[in-house]
Amino acid sequence: MTSAEAPTAARGGPPRRRRAQRVPAALLVPALAGLLFLVLPLAGLVVRAPWASLPQRLTEPGALTALRLSVQTATVATLVCLLLGVPLAWLLARARFPGRRLVRALVTVPLVLPPVVGGVALLLVFGRRGLLGGWLDATFGFTLPFTTTGVVVAEAFVAMPFLVIAVEGALRGADTRYEEAAATLGAGRWTTFTHVTLPLVAPGVAAGAVLCWARALGEFGATITFAGNYPGVTQTMPLAVYQTIEGGDLDGAVVLSLVLLTVSVAILAGLRDKWITSA
Amino acid sequence: MSPVPVVDAHLVVDRGAFRLDLPLRIDAGEVVALLGPNGAGKTTALRALAGLQPLSAGHLALAGQPVDRPDRDLWTPPERRPIGVVFQDHLLFPHLSALDNVAFGPRRHGADRRTARRRAADWLDRVGLGDRARSRPRQLSGGQAQRVALARALAVDPVLLLLDEPLAALDARTRLDTRAELLRHLGDHPGATLLVTHDPLDALVLADRLVIVEDGRVVQDGDAADITARPRTDYVARLVGLNLYRGTADGRRVRVGDGLTLTVADPLHGDAFVAFPPSAVALHPSRPDGSPRNAWAAVIAGLQRHGDNLRVQLDGPITVAADVTPSAAAHLDLVPGRSVWAAVKAAETRAYPA
Repeated sequence: MTSAEAPTAARGGPPRRRRAQRVPAALLVPALAGLLFLVLPLAGLVVRAPWASLPQRLTEPGALTALRLSVQTATVATLVCLLLGVPLAWLLARARFPGRRLVRALVTVPLVLPPVVGGVALLLVFGRRGLLGGWLDATFGFTLPFTTTGVVVAEAFVAMPFLVIAVEGALRGADTRYEEAAATLGAGRWTTFTHVTLPLVAPGVAAGAVLCWARALGEFGATITFAGNYPGVTQTMPLAVYQTIEGGDLDGAVVLSLVLLTVSVAILAGLRDKWITSA
Repeated sequence: MSPVPVVDAHLVVDRGAFRLDLPLRIDAGEVVALLGPNGAGKTTALRALAGLQPLSAGHLALAGQPVDRPDRDLWTPPERRPIGVVFQDHLLFPHLSALDNVAFGPRRHGADRRTARRRAADWLDRVGLGDRARSRPRQLSGGQAQRVALARALAVDPVLLLLDEPLAALDARTRLDTRAELLRHLGDHPGATLLVTHDPLDALVLADRLVIVEDGRVVQDGDAADITARPRTDYVARLVGLNLYRGTADGRRVRVGDGLTLTVADPLHGDAFVAFPPSAVALHPSRPDGSPRNAWAAVIAGLQRHGDNLRVQLDGPITVAADVTPSAAAHLDLVPGRSVWAAVKAAETRAYPA
């Protein structure tokens, strides 16, 4: 339809107003249904919110504590992911070593693993009687499960694949000839990485970090399994929402959900303008 | 010049079915052009010199220092070689200003930030872009970017400057200006320069000596006058616009195949080349009588414009390009498939040993 129109216009007929592209109904209807499906629950949250008692509920100490903990742990988890995930992505994209395909497959496992299973796995390794946890406890008197650090570990475990995949993709798309140019100017591999490669893939790293942070902020299954649900220590917003609704306080759950929604959308939108669209 | 050449190399690189096998020697202050068709191995040779492609065999020494000896497991990475490279599409770092691009090399060679920037500013002035120091590469035109890339390569005082098709990405007008600019800087460069190009004009204008490679091997090596006068392969002959034939000489007569023997001005014996320009070929409707002793029957295979003239491709005992004026063409009624007689005066041929 529309494609049949283009050559006619190109043939140099009289200039006419470009007609709005007609979208086939077979695509339009499911597309609108999909949009509705995604937006309706969010609208439900807004409609159903107890607006009158909102200010009072927001200032309740429990809500703010959970929010602060969520933002802090998600941010620290993202930093951990950047620190470990960017070099891992570089290794996958640039280095040649046997078993690289296997390593890449392993990196993506946490993506498809149900988070609760991830939490159980973390317990088996870092738990007090776990493979590493026992040693950590005996040697340093240091335990991870059911601590705030445990929350960070659980979030980083679940979120890191998002970062690694985004950064690896950016590195593969980057022109390696810039790295060669840097080498001919006297830059070693580390300097080339910090001064040329990283700036070139910065948009990809930023996009990966945003995805990673969003995933960490919403983390529930691995966190509650590995770190438990202690208010002020390991109770992040998703856990608080869950506990509130379990306790029968639907309005409270709605308020907490609304806060989480607002914070994540605001931060993502802010970062998106600053980083992603500049790519 | 210095007794030790800047480049003393035998570059051997095996890449699947392709093998580069290139002896190369460049003295200080000398500009050598590596000229050849696409896929001849020119860029591979440049990458081997730069350390971006390890040698499979052979050796490479820069300014007397061995940098690549596969037989001794010796290999110096690019960042420790005294080189500067100008790449075809400049490869300026997009996230750095022109100034910081040029300062990048001096910084890596140990200069502090201020010194590096001062040196970069000097170099930008020298290539006439002092006022574009703060521009990002994407804000520069193609010619400007290539000049910044030249400044960036020269700012590390390289012993060997490598230029990989430095003008190929530029439009015709910019290419002319940038070539002139390049010529000036290559004249000032005290080190050796290797220019990789497939454009004979770049090579003839910029280089002191031409090394012509085809299929990974040197087919001819010499200065511009020698190469243009005595081509040794069809590729070189086409580059310099000559008809070239290989044959067997016996005095002034050279047998060039299929029963045709050409009379030449220079007497010689044995395997020989005969070359003459298309303008030396005269066309006649019938067998010419008189002075030109070299005459043979030919069939017109094709016609095309060539400057103010018409270039006629002829089949026959040898394939020949002949240039005729439009009026002569009209007079002769030249159409493809028509039989004519071609004639070349012996005095206009050049014969030399193969």
